[in-house]
Amino acid sequence: MTEIADFNAYPDAQGRFGSFGGIYVAETLMEPLAELTAAYEKLRVDPDFIAELDRDLKYYVGRPSPVYHAERLSRHVGGARIVLKREDLNHTGAHKINNTVGQALVARHMGKTRIIAETGAGQHGVASATVAARLGLKCVVYMGAVDIERQKINVYRMRLLGAEVVPVTSGSKTLKDALNEAMRDWVTHVGDTFYIIGTVAGPHPYPQMVRDFNAIAGREARAQVLEQFGRLPDVITACVGGGSNAIGLFHAFLNDRDVRIVGAEAAGDGIDTGRHAASLAAGKPGVLHGNRTYVLSDANGQIMETHSVSAGLDYPGVGPEHAFLKDAGRAEYVGITDDEALEAFHLLARTEGILPALESSHAIAQAIKLARELPKDGIVLVNLSGRGDKDVHTIAAREGIEL
Amino acid sequence: MGRIERRFAALKAAGRTGLVPFVTAGDPSPDHVVPLMHALVAAGADVIELGVPFSDPMADGPVIQRASERAIAQGVSLTNVLAWVAAFRETDAETPVVLMGYLNPIEMHGYAEFAEEAVESGVDGVLLVDCPLEESHVLAPLREAGLDQILLASPTTDEVRLGRLCEAASGFLYYVSFAGITGAAQLSTTDIAGRVASIRSRSKAPVAVGFGVRDAASARAIGEFADAVIIGSALVQCLEGATSADDVAGRAKGFLAPIRAALDAR
Repeated sequence: MTEIADFNAYPDAQGRFGSFGGIYVAETLMEPLAELTAAYEKLRVDPDFIAELDRDLKYYVGRPSPVYHAERLSRHVGGARIVLKREDLNHTGAHKINNTVGQALVARHMGKTRIIAETGAGQHGVASATVAARLGLKCVVYMGAVDIERQKINVYRMRLLGAEVVPVTSGSKTLKDALNEAMRDWVTHVGDTFYIIGTVAGPHPYPQMVRDFNAIAGREARAQVLEQFGRLPDVITACVGGGSNAIGLFHAFLNDRDVRIVGAEAAGDGIDTGRHAASLAAGKPGVLHGNRTYVLSDANGQIMETHSVSAGLDYPGVGPEHAFLKDAGRAEYVGITDDEALEAFHLLARTEGILPALESSHAIAQAIKLARELPKDGIVLVNLSGRGDKDVHTIAAREGIEL
Repeated sequence: MGRIERRFAALKAAGRTGLVPFVTAGDPSPDHVVPLMHALVAAGADVIELGVPFSDPMADGPVIQRASERAIAQGVSLTNVLAWVAAFRETDAETPVVLMGYLNPIEMHGYAEFAEEAVESGVDGVLLVDCPLEESHVLAPLREAGLDQILLASPTTDEVRLGRLCEAASGFLYYVSFAGITGAAQLSTTDIAGRVASIRSRSKAPVAVGFGVRDAASARAIGEFADAVIIGSALVQCLEGATSADDVAGRAKGFLAPIRAALDAR
């Protein structure tokens, strides 16, 4: 295990987080990625761009989102204080908008007129369609046919926002295949098209750029917890599919070595059943979607089909910075099963009047476990990354209820 | 001098344009790969590109993607592909074979192990679509074992990188004729002729042009200015659904022979 002096020093100029990350793409994308990197490097330190982004986050997204001490949930659990970072209260109902607002501004500065995106649960697709509508850009969203079936409401929301939703029928017909298809679109239309990747994966500079745009959640939460509780949390947790909301929360705390960091991956039916999406807990280093990271692949190197009740976590890779944090020993990654997530969903609904997204329900379940290990004055900060309205049909169907 | 270099030297001496067919290993059937390779050679192939199936072929269009899915569904692995090359080599010691695919299957196999087994099997070069020059440090064991690392250049490659690619090219340099995925679009040959001429003048390796070559006419047009033409998706599509070794070989010959004739008639 390597001792890391400053976690803010990553990625390096090659886009690497230690041995992870990098740029593993077809030759045709090398120059467009270099252009994007150059544009982003310039914009990220440009005071006008920063001011523009801050305005959008405040007046359009509705930031800052509150941190909320879930007192009844905490009492019910009987352990430490559970504190929710309410990213579900953002415009469009999830953390995804933080990133799409930022990338759309980058796209506009680069003179691109067409936005493409991939989506799993549909939250990133909705967030991309939203910012495209607002900036008057054409928007095409690639979505696996299986996900389209289980996230009908989000598909319709995207269409209402003027986006074209393209069903992807190759491979496992889920998020990974949507990402492949979006890459193919981008490689074919590099001149006018900006690809808004929705998670901290993909080739450099995406893992860095998507992290930077999401990191506002952690910066706010760190200051808010300090203000409300007079100290930092003991442990912070978030769900990890690709890992964007998790890195968004974690990043501001990486150099606070006393704050324990735990990521909750989708263990599906249980990691030992093989039906899961826990790339960090059960995978090994490989190359997928433009970066080196932990992947779920078989002995022949084929990417495996994953399973989770939550479409947004149903991904066989994970952002390279999470792979780096795991190997550096800075963060732990554990699995939460479908059943545990659903139990947490109901518990939060009944004790706090909040319907969490199924993705976020994994984080809530993990927070409950962590709270039980700590004394009553301990603090567990959890990223409530999205609201659960989109999931009510899935939950009803699973529980045999016809709506 | 390796097989690829020898083959291109012979083509140059004879004033001929090289023909490089691509097929996905194991499609339409794992039983017919070796007969298919021999049929390609009989129909005029100068180099064979054998696709190693991968579940997430980001740079490939629907035709090759579906071929990969069919091969994977039949259990095709990298180990099978190496065994087929070894079997092909039993009766063909000269036709160069290049494996084309993506990094993860090789990464999972182990780079050093793969390099050793590939050389042992008679593989000459490796083209890894998702491994640009900047990340190719991981391929050091392959180069050390004597495998050519086939690099790609594209219409979006800038002049600085192009210089580096021309310098690093081994075997041949694969010029991607347009920005897109395999098997898409029609070619505008006038656009690419000048670019290829410029690359040929700088590259120490010969330049083969692929993406969008689909028949005798497009092959002939590209052959006007390239050292070799690569033809993949159209061939894979032609082979789709073939049911016997004879059927596969017959379709391959029927597809490739007119292209060979068109190239030789220049």
